[in-house]
Amino acid sequence: MTNKTMPHAIELRDISKRFGAVQANKDICLQVPAGTIHGIIGENGAGKSTLMSIIYGFYEADTGHIEVDGKRVDIRSSQDAINAGIGMVHQHFMLVENFSVLENVMLGAEGGALLKGGVAAARVELQRLAKEYSLDIDVDAIVEELPVGLQQRVEILKALYRGARILILDEPTGVLTPQEADHLFRILKALKDQGVTVLLITHKLREIMASTDNVSVMRQGEMVAHRETLHTSKEELAELMVGKKVRLTVNKDEAKPSDVLLSAHHLSQLDSQGVKRLKEVSLELRAGEILGIAGVSGNGQSELLNVLSGITPMDEGEIHFAGQVISAKAPKNAAQMRDLKMAHVPEDRHKMGLVTGFEAYEAAILGYHNSPVYNGKVLMNRKAMLDECNERMAAWDVRPPNPHLKTANFSGGNQQKIVIAREVEQNPDVLLIGQPTRGVDIGAIENIHEQIVKLRDAGKAILLVSVELDEIMALSDRIIVMFDGAVVGELDAKDADERTLGLMMANAHNKEQEGVSV
Amino acid sequence: MSQAKVPAWVNIALIPILNILLAFLVSGLVILAIGENPIEAAGYLIYGALGYNEGIGYTLYYATNLIFTGLAVSVAFKGGLFNIGGEGQAYIGGLGVGLICLSLDHTMPFYVIAPLAVIGAAVFGAAWGYIPAYLQARRGSHIVITTIMFNFIASSLMVYLIVNWLKEDGRMAPNSRTFEENAWLPYLHELFSPLGIDIGDSPLNLAFIWALLCCVFVWGLIWHTRWGYQLRTLGTNPTAARYAGIDTAKVTIWAMLISGGLAGFVGLNEIMGVNHNLLLNFTAGYGFAGIAVALMGRNHPIGIILAAILFGALYQGGAELAFEIPTITPEIVVVIQGLVILFSGALEHMFKDRIEGFFIRRAVA
Repeated sequence: MTNKTMPHAIELRDISKRFGAVQANKDICLQVPAGTIHGIIGENGAGKSTLMSIIYGFYEADTGHIEVDGKRVDIRSSQDAINAGIGMVHQHFMLVENFSVLENVMLGAEGGALLKGGVAAARVELQRLAKEYSLDIDVDAIVEELPVGLQQRVEILKALYRGARILILDEPTGVLTPQEADHLFRILKALKDQGVTVLLITHKLREIMASTDNVSVMRQGEMVAHRETLHTSKEELAELMVGKKVRLTVNKDEAKPSDVLLSAHHLSQLDSQGVKRLKEVSLELRAGEILGIAGVSGNGQSELLNVLSGITPMDEGEIHFAGQVISAKAPKNAAQMRDLKMAHVPEDRHKMGLVTGFEAYEAAILGYHNSPVYNGKVLMNRKAMLDECNERMAAWDVRPPNPHLKTANFSGGNQQKIVIAREVEQNPDVLLIGQPTRGVDIGAIENIHEQIVKLRDAGKAILLVSVELDEIMALSDRIIVMFDGAVVGELDAKDADERTLGLMMANAHNKEQEGVSV
Repeated sequence: MSQAKVPAWVNIALIPILNILLAFLVSGLVILAIGENPIEAAGYLIYGALGYNEGIGYTLYYATNLIFTGLAVSVAFKGGLFNIGGEGQAYIGGLGVGLICLSLDHTMPFYVIAPLAVIGAAVFGAAWGYIPAYLQARRGSHIVITTIMFNFIASSLMVYLIVNWLKEDGRMAPNSRTFEENAWLPYLHELFSPLGIDIGDSPLNLAFIWALLCCVFVWGLIWHTRWGYQLRTLGTNPTAARYAGIDTAKVTIWAMLISGGLAGFVGLNEIMGVNHNLLLNFTAGYGFAGIAVALMGRNHPIGIILAAILFGALYQGGAELAFEIPTITPEIVVVIQGLVILFSGALEHMFKDRIEGFFIRRAVA
């Protein structure tokens, strides 16, 4: 590197940020040389977005500071960041859809109360920028009529128009087709040649390898490694991303899988934008086994859980369960799936598994509120609800054992116990369980794992989704890996190690599947 | 999360009372600005509303309407729906009451007419809530917009029906004939006088008792039935509702049916209780005031009763005030009512954060 003697374009010193009990960023140090493309990679929830929000002034760091071009800057708002020459392209575009490109670029930098003069000046400047960075665009086009790739280009132009010399892109390829993504990387190269410093946030290894000069890896809020892209490999990065932790041990005997209780055939599901989130997923779930679904979060696991549990309808495929065939034409909703003895511990207990404004005893019957146990002729049987809640709180060691406490006021681990107890105590045949120990303390983790194994030994089928590789490896009898909405591999838990799984999770285990554009 | 450390009484009592006091303070400045003594004015207002039996009767009579519409708003709100259409639902509910009374008052005794009128009010009000509910649940039209529009449609419909079909023959006034007395809801002072209790001559009638029963009904429905459980789940966390397999469209539609039916009961009080004929514009803004009542009453029946009485007192005391101090015109009284609505409804959150912050800091320290 020739410019090592120059001050870094941006330097972070010991940035820490805490949200309540969650340490989102811990003592982050980062040096980005000017005129380079710097990748920041990590799993979802590793703290990348928080870090970028701190740089761009959405959050203020608890400790630490930021230097731009060797000078300490105080960034308290996005305006401060813009003044310091930092621009950001968000994952979800911040564009006014029915404005033209020119109007969007000018927005917030109109230069006076009357538009006329500003518009003319902006038009000239925008055309100059577009030419200089070869970012072809029709400045009078209406943004909503542009394809997504071009909308992103508008975002980049917007940042450059405001004088950005440091450009942050947050998961820029999430919404792009592979061709558009390749185009984006060519643009980033061109920007780099013009001396712009690019920070690229992503969890996709391919992009890092294809476009960056340096890469930093984040894991659980910490910056765990810095590498020169030339001197690293996908394998190494995958391992760093996932991390090698003290291996959890769960006491369990050999699984004795028997009948297939549930089978899915070519399940596909589209989101509201028409993007395929689940691609032809097939799997079998046997009594007496735990099937683990590994994968970087956001690769279709949530969609799989939602489709299997009946929360979202599938678009193609079939589920065979409890003697029934469930398809797009003959769907079943979540209540009907429950009636067939399927229980579901959702990945996000706050958003889905609980109503945090409810008292614990009310949240403890969510989904089973129609059961005769909890209902009298007209009114609900409050006493039965409370008695049962008290019993379960004792059995599962929920603290504090107060059924009248608002659900929001329990700790994460205790909330999770309320959810798991609710689902497990129904004695289901199939249990879908997502991120069972996310945000749960160590002691509770063991307890939860024991319960899951106990259920397996009782001949139930368990589908476990977790982004914690340790957890997948410790609990599962069989492991399926998902990537980009599809199943990319299956292996026996005995043959699984972190490296293999990490590679499969990045879809880098199989060169043929990887595409040609690297 | 921050709710954890804020004592309940702060939200339930302190903040509403502060908001009302502030509204009165600003009202006082308004009265000062037109050259009158605010203390004197406050005296008239309070005496007029609560100082003697007739005044109390009138206050409770106004409160009756506000309890119905306040409950209507709160039931919908518990399901996450903003029912702005209480006005129209009340209006059409009154039509239901009027039609029952007009068609049966010559043939049927009171104890037949009264329950049918209750059903008529509920069914007509519910029907007027059903269409926006259907559009929201199955077609995705926003309920705020549709309920507002349905207020206008209700208003036009009533003009058409009364002028063209229900108007008394040979009269110019746009209202129906007066019902026979067996289709009148008895006044409470009539019910009390045989017992030797004089509660003063006022339009307060049996509908007030019905309003209180409705409060009990709503309380039981929302907090003690399965349907209420589903409604509250939907209102606080729609994702969890889908997870729980709750048929959200169905719950939405039922919430609006019940809400519309409750609003329709305004017709009992106004048409059957006081006016004894079907007339134009008897809803007089109660549907909208119900939004403020529900907000101030924290969507709980007890809170709604208290808020409805406060607003009823403002209506009654305000009328008295305008009578006693002629320079304070009825419009100024509307300003005072508006200020109370503004501070307790629209600006409800003005102090909320700061006051809660104060208690959170105190709890931490």
